[in-house]
Amino acid sequence: MAEAGLKFTKSHEWIRVEGGDAVVGLTDYAQGELGDIVFIEQPEKGKDIASGDVLTTVESVKSVSEIFAPVSGEVVDANAALDDDPSLINSDPYGQGWIAKIRLRDKSEIDGTMTAEEYEELTKG
Amino acid sequence: MSSSATPTGRRTPLYDEHVRAGAKIVDFVGWAMPMYYRGIVGEHRLVREAVGLFDVSHMGEFVLTGADALASLDRIVTNRVGALTEGRVQLSLMCNEDGGILDDLLVYRLPGRYMLVVNAANREKDLAWVRDHVQGDTHVEDVSDETALVAVQGPASEDVLGRVADADVASLPYYYSAAVTVAGRETLVSRTGYTGEDGFEIYCAPDDASSVWGALLEAGAGSGIEPVGLGARDTLRLEMGYALYGSEMDETRTPVEAGLLWITKLDKGDFIGREVIAARKEKGPHERLVGFELLDRGVPRKDQRIVAGGEPVGLVTSGSYSPSLDKGIGLGYVPPGVGDAIEVAIRARIIPARIVGLPLYREGSVRRRRADAASRSTAR
Repeated sequence: MAEAGLKFTKSHEWIRVEGGDAVVGLTDYAQGELGDIVFIEQPEKGKDIASGDVLTTVESVKSVSEIFAPVSGEVVDANAALDDDPSLINSDPYGQGWIAKIRLRDKSEIDGTMTAEEYEELTKG
Repeated sequence: MSSSATPTGRRTPLYDEHVRAGAKIVDFVGWAMPMYYRGIVGEHRLVREAVGLFDVSHMGEFVLTGADALASLDRIVTNRVGALTEGRVQLSLMCNEDGGILDDLLVYRLPGRYMLVVNAANREKDLAWVRDHVQGDTHVEDVSDETALVAVQGPASEDVLGRVADADVASLPYYYSAAVTVAGRETLVSRTGYTGEDGFEIYCAPDDASSVWGALLEAGAGSGIEPVGLGARDTLRLEMGYALYGSEMDETRTPVEAGLLWITKLDKGDFIGREVIAARKEKGPHERLVGFELLDRGVPRKDQRIVAGGEPVGLVTSGSYSPSLDKGIGLGYVPPGVGDAIEVAIRARIIPARIVGLPLYREGSVRRRRADAASRSTAR
């Protein structure tokens, strides 16, 4: 179930706005499609990123997938816990499996993302 | 990521079981096969620690009969078929006249016949090759579509199969086979597998497959048995350093490069490819198959470059995350003389790695059973 209070993208990222920052991660639907996640490249802290750019890559046993930045800004933090335990993305995608924190450059970009209900519709089909 | 469309492809007799069990079905060389059910990492660990059940019915089986079947076979495959007593099983290769590997296969000596078990990807190619190259009084029958194959693998597999088998499977030695009734169905059982764990492969009629499958799941419930998909089958064999046709082996490589001279008996008499293989062995190959582990985080993948001394020297042929070792591992080819310290180019990064002897994983129950048996015999 997509969590209420979060925003979502078509490419299966979620966003939680905390003040001027956006915490981002992969949705439950995405982690289910990927299977067991065994590795994630740490997003570069300090990196300036535009919405739609590749934020980082995540790997399951069988595949390598790109994660896209849902918003533009500066990567101010990355989840170091995923170095030791990338499976947190599978087991707790909205909590301990968070991937990066981006300092928002343009808050209005959030308006273009989906609500939980809209994302549920998307993944139901 | 898009949602999965209904998979096309041939189905084994157990397809409905896999769907019912929630498998993620993928196309594998034209077959709709389970990649995983619960997840590759969990299924891998289950096989190492307890027991798992694989459907490998997509593989090909050919039966050879006739007075010249043995002689024909010994000309076509690289291992010494003539050494097989009834019931024994042997890993072998089929090579072309240039010594290039056409397939790896199991050869079974059964009462009145020989059975070849070949990779699903090579069924048609292998059948045509065998038919073209047998001699004299040799009859070749393709029984692939009349044969289902289930593999139970893991340290608890002897206990589990023992509960539903009418024979004493515990005493079946490694690489031996026997006719066994399982859950009331006639089967051929061999103590073989592709995981490095103790286990059995069970051949039966397609109509009996569901019963055998279900009986094993029920008998193994107390041991935690689950169905296991092709994803874990690959990580398990990779940890053992077992070559996979299409990755480590193909027609451009001989047994010399692939490190498979141990199943190539150059002294048994002539066989197809023998001359080239013997010459390559004499001269020395220009590349050799090695196993490696990454020394930093990452997952090596097929076709990534192996670097030594700052220069690209070869390619990864198989790579993955190893659930047992908790690191990236792989197989690949490097020129002889390359030292153990290498690097692997993974997308934008150059990751340090180390060539290690095979198998990469050394705690498998096949090894442990053989060590136990050996120490028992020396203790006498």
